[in-house]
Amino acid sequence: MTNEVKSVSGACIPLMLDDIDTDRIIPARYLRCVTFDGLGEHAFEDDRKQDPNHPFNHTKFSGASVLVAGRNFGCGSSREHAPQSLMRWGIKAVLAESFAEIFFGNCCSLGVAAVTASRDDLDKLAAAIEADPTLEVVVSLEDLKATAGDLSIPVAMPDSAREALITGEWDYLGQLLSAASAVKEHAATVPYLNAFST
Amino acid sequence: MSDRRNLFNKVWDLHDVRTLANGQTQLFIGLHLIHEVTSPQAFEILRDRNLKVAYPAQTIATVDHIVPTTDQSRPFLDGLAEKMMSAIERNCDEFGVTLLDLKDGRQGIVHVVGPEQGLTQPGMTIVCGDSHTSTHGAFGSIAIGIGTSNVAQVLATQTMFLSRPKVRRIVVNGELAPGVYAKDVILHIIQQLGVQGGVGYAYEYCGTTIDAMSIEERMTVCNMSIEGGARCGYVNPDEKTVEYLRGRPSVATGDEFERAAAWWLTLASGDDAEFDDEVVYNAADIEPTVTWGITPAQSVGVSQPLPNVSDCDASEQTLIKEALEFMGLAEGEPVKGTQIDVAFIGSCTNSRMSDLREAARIVAGHKVADNVKAIVVPGSQLVREQAMQEGLHEVFEAAGFEWREAGCSMCLAMNPDKLQGREVCASSSNRNFKGRQGSPTGRTLLMSPAMVAAAAIEGKVADIREFAGAAV
Repeated sequence: MTNEVKSVSGACIPLMLDDIDTDRIIPARYLRCVTFDGLGEHAFEDDRKQDPNHPFNHTKFSGASVLVAGRNFGCGSSREHAPQSLMRWGIKAVLAESFAEIFFGNCCSLGVAAVTASRDDLDKLAAAIEADPTLEVVVSLEDLKATAGDLSIPVAMPDSAREALITGEWDYLGQLLSAASAVKEHAATVPYLNAFST
Repeated sequence: MSDRRNLFNKVWDLHDVRTLANGQTQLFIGLHLIHEVTSPQAFEILRDRNLKVAYPAQTIATVDHIVPTTDQSRPFLDGLAEKMMSAIERNCDEFGVTLLDLKDGRQGIVHVVGPEQGLTQPGMTIVCGDSHTSTHGAFGSIAIGIGTSNVAQVLATQTMFLSRPKVRRIVVNGELAPGVYAKDVILHIIQQLGVQGGVGYAYEYCGTTIDAMSIEERMTVCNMSIEGGARCGYVNPDEKTVEYLRGRPSVATGDEFERAAAWWLTLASGDDAEFDDEVVYNAADIEPTVTWGITPAQSVGVSQPLPNVSDCDASEQTLIKEALEFMGLAEGEPVKGTQIDVAFIGSCTNSRMSDLREAARIVAGHKVADNVKAIVVPGSQLVREQAMQEGLHEVFEAAGFEWREAGCSMCLAMNPDKLQGREVCASSSNRNFKGRQGSPTGRTLLMSPAMVAAAAIEGKVADIREFAGAAV
């Protein structure tokens, strides 16, 4: 099945900052849209403009598909535009010390692998990439490992999300629809939908 | 045997359609609130798959993020905003969803409108494509922010998959000192637990301080749960909740209301309810609180100095340096006296009647400082109308504030209300992220509406407790 995400491999881009919020990933003015098209080019736009050395400004990282980040990545707004913009920029996996919950869920909805690793390991990985930006990183969801050259670090992901990606069943709409009759039966038991008489 | 489940788990269990082997629950959603920013792509997904809105009666839309707060004539001057407005009008029309639009009289910030209309009720599961959906937890509901793919799922099935979080009880006891508000309570909690302290948790707020709060104050507290990393925060329903809801448009009447009220009260966590974690704070330790940095946890009591970098935990130092540099503030300096350029009273955190009344009381008889631009943006058309009936707009305007139409406005600056350049804004909103208020280099100081009012008058961060005439 084409939707299966068992591993992600490619070049890496390091952004070892903490508490990167979704306003920074995609500033709110780019949410004035009715499709997600074209969001990729605006990823981190304001940070990039203020910092010529921002990793997303470097051509050496421009083909990266794995983002390496710090603690609480994707905090703040629920905007799915944030993982959409990263995905459309080319990111297929985010490796971070931790994630904000809504951002993590949004990544799952898009088939973007959001996995965690220890800060020490992430710092090592970031250093290896800085030393050699062409280094290929393989994030294996089956083995729960990220490897880059001689470096191999353990990564983690909640079972439900991992299973969904590996089996390709991360498009949840179909699964939810399949329970439509159970949903209807359930609705008949909810007090506030039944004049508080149930 | 008594039910030792906390409110969160009682409400969750009531909405559990099925739980998959991997632990994910397909949760029934009682109320789905929609706005113009995170819904257009979701409706497109429905169109692509030839799906309908499964439970249109449980779905309600309004417009808030992009609406101009000055000239609201159509088409909007901003063509992109106009396109989004047209999209939600067309989508709601085509899919049979009620839209509270600008002509309706009930339009406003979705998290102000839901409670105001009585749509938000105890025991419900509530979602919206907006992280501040946590606001609705003030009524004892499970209320969470979701992404656009989830919006499509809920539109099409009235359900979504979620993993049951842990529940942390946050107890706040004691009487708040004069000049200390609900906003200060939640800023203090976030400062103590950090911006990711709530990841994986729902927060139950309780204790005598929370008990004593009005429903509007509880909304302020629950609103910023997400700033503490918790996707959901709630307060147990009590008699205040019942009285707030009695008579509201979407609330049952007569015997049905009495049955509803009785049921709502049974949902509250009992004295022996079980929690995964508990923290306790004293109201007496909470000062009027101001953020100085670029995350909502970077705050201090207004009488306190900014931190010295070397005193902070090593893992925090990089972020603190980045914040101080961005804000143009120096370590160890007092936050009081920080010059401001803009004062903003509004947002889903603090734009309700109690917020506007208190801010108006502070500014009455004073003038906004020279060089400060001050605006008040009511949370909804109904709040605006009520405030005008009470003459609050005249108080604000006499002081030099601009009195605007309802919307999200300068909280996230998706409409024309934006900071310019490096302006510093004293703001009653919820996020001080870099660039949040519309200028990439703009700076935000979060505080209570009363503190924003005082800052507007003084032209700098002031201690509301010392503010002449505040008589708090």
